Amino acid sequence: MSAGADAEGGVLAVVDHRRGELRDVSFEMVTAGRSLVDAVGGELHLAVVAGDVERFAEMLDVEGVDAVHTVADGEEFNHDVYATTVEALYADLEPEVLVMPGSVNGLDYAPAVANRLDLPLASGAVALSTDGGDVEVTRRIYRSKLEVTVAVEETPFALTVRDGAFPVTDNTGEAEIRPFEVAVDESALGSRVLGFEEVGEAIDVTYADLLIAVGRGIGSEENLELVERLAEVTGGTLVASRPVVDSGWVERSRQVGQSGQYVRPTVYLAVGISGAAQHVGQMENSETVVAIDRDPSAPIFDVADYGVVGDLFEVVPALVEQFEGDETDA
Amino acid sequence: MKILVTVKEVASAADDFEIEGTDIDERYLEYDLNEWDDYAVEAGVRIAEATDDAEVVSATIGPERADETVRMALAKGVDRAVRVWDDDIAAAELDVAAKTRLLAAVAAEEEPDLILTGVQASDDGYGATGVSLADELGFGWAAVVNQLDLDDDLTTASVHRELEGGVEELTEVDLPAVFTIQTGINEPRYASLRGIRQAQSKEIAVRGLADLGLDAGAVDSPVRRTGMTEPETQSDATYFDGDADEQASRVAEVLRDRGVVGE
Repeated sequence: MSAGADAEGGVLAVVDHRRGELRDVSFEMVTAGRSLVDAVGGELHLAVVAGDVERFAEMLDVEGVDAVHTVADGEEFNHDVYATTVEALYADLEPEVLVMPGSVNGLDYAPAVANRLDLPLASGAVALSTDGGDVEVTRRIYRSKLEVTVAVEETPFALTVRDGAFPVTDNTGEAEIRPFEVAVDESALGSRVLGFEEVGEAIDVTYADLLIAVGRGIGSEENLELVERLAEVTGGTLVASRPVVDSGWVERSRQVGQSGQYVRPTVYLAVGISGAAQHVGQMENSETVVAIDRDPSAPIFDVADYGVVGDLFEVVPALVEQFEGDETDA
Repeated sequence: MKILVTVKEVASAADDFEIEGTDIDERYLEYDLNEWDDYAVEAGVRIAEATDDAEVVSATIGPERADETVRMALAKGVDRAVRVWDDDIAAAELDVAAKTRLLAAVAAEEEPDLILTGVQASDDGYGATGVSLADELGFGWAAVVNQLDLDDDLTTASVHRELEGGVEELTEVDLPAVFTIQTGINEPRYASLRGIRQAQSKEIAVRGLADLGLDAGAVDSPVRRTGMTEPETQSDATYFDGDADEQASRVAEVLRDRGVVGE
């Protein structure tokens, strides 16, 4: 069945969902897609593959979207199904730019799609410039310390969009919803998703009141006691940056940064965290950020509302003392 | 069984640096083994150690300078190395597709049963070459793997993929396959003195485009860097001065004001 040729010259964006929910990056991709359409012309089409596609399509009918192609095949993401489906949609729609998510699932199929369609790939876009119809993609390199712009000197091309980089588009639109059928030979799939597993204790740190985040500056596992005590006397929830989790000192479910959790607490108290961009990207929407670190040039201070430049091994015990009084009073 | 591990020598920026054109001035760059590849090397070496008659070969795209990084992988248990480089490659700006063509040519010669790469390189961070390579070779694949188990007859692998928010996907992948390895999957070893000594006598075969049966068109890259900037920072933090007690009391004040202490 044809999905129609209206998107020719336009943009096709493949949205991201997991376990029954569209991920925010889907609506961020719409924003990116709208600016691309301004540059390359044509229409903005979305594709949603697998899961409750009709419900998803209704939600995806937001401002600027001309059509949503629904592919009802399976419940969850499978990279082989996605790659085959996107290849077929691409052949049908012939878009000028193919947009895919920069999520962990995006990493699992976007490069394969770009390769089999022979499309140049610019991954991890955090911004786009479309001056004069030429698209320039801004991406982060050197562990997000620097930004580069890249130009893709060929069209069509493929692009992935980094989670959280673009604002979401949410006003209701007038998109046409079009079911699209792809014959996927299930027996030929090279991979089978068997299930999911929550890692560690089920803990929802996303909207906690007070998150106490510990980073590399804590130095050793033994020193963790210090921040655990602070969490205890304040009633805060302990989380950690990726290096601390990778060291096995704090369990994965408490990780903030780089495929860890997005968090939006009332107060984010960063202890010994330098603030690598992948960490900052996942906590910068906290209401209030307080940072304690010995390095005055640590990037965490760029997103902090309150900063303490000092030795955490002095400041944290002093802070514990401030609240230990509360405990005995209570 | 043969395992191919891609190993990249990555550049990182010194704390203070200057930008020269579209990159950091060479004088402020430091080079090292890509962190993610260190975990991939460890994963490969562990599989080889647990398997009879297994060989681990590393593949690197990079100049002679990268031999130092390659030796590090050899010291950690890689058996021999291939380094891809020549004047045409040196002159090119390699995009994902170009790297895919080079590594696919190495894989075509080596015919590995398993290819391990890091999830991404810490310098250019495309996070794409492994999966692109798998597609090019017609291999299976899984990206962002933080647990990897091969079945006994080497027909399938069971992997965990680390998704966002503390969730892992459990997936079965047919071999041969490419897995992009996430940090934390294991604890990479330090090279032993004996390993470092042995690495000196291990082979690093340098292969150019012609050796790999490719022509100069293989490194054509339509993705071109046009500029480099430092991301804007907007530091408007209020700093608490004084000794640790004074600082702590100001922080305590903020926590109390925001009403987050207690329960």
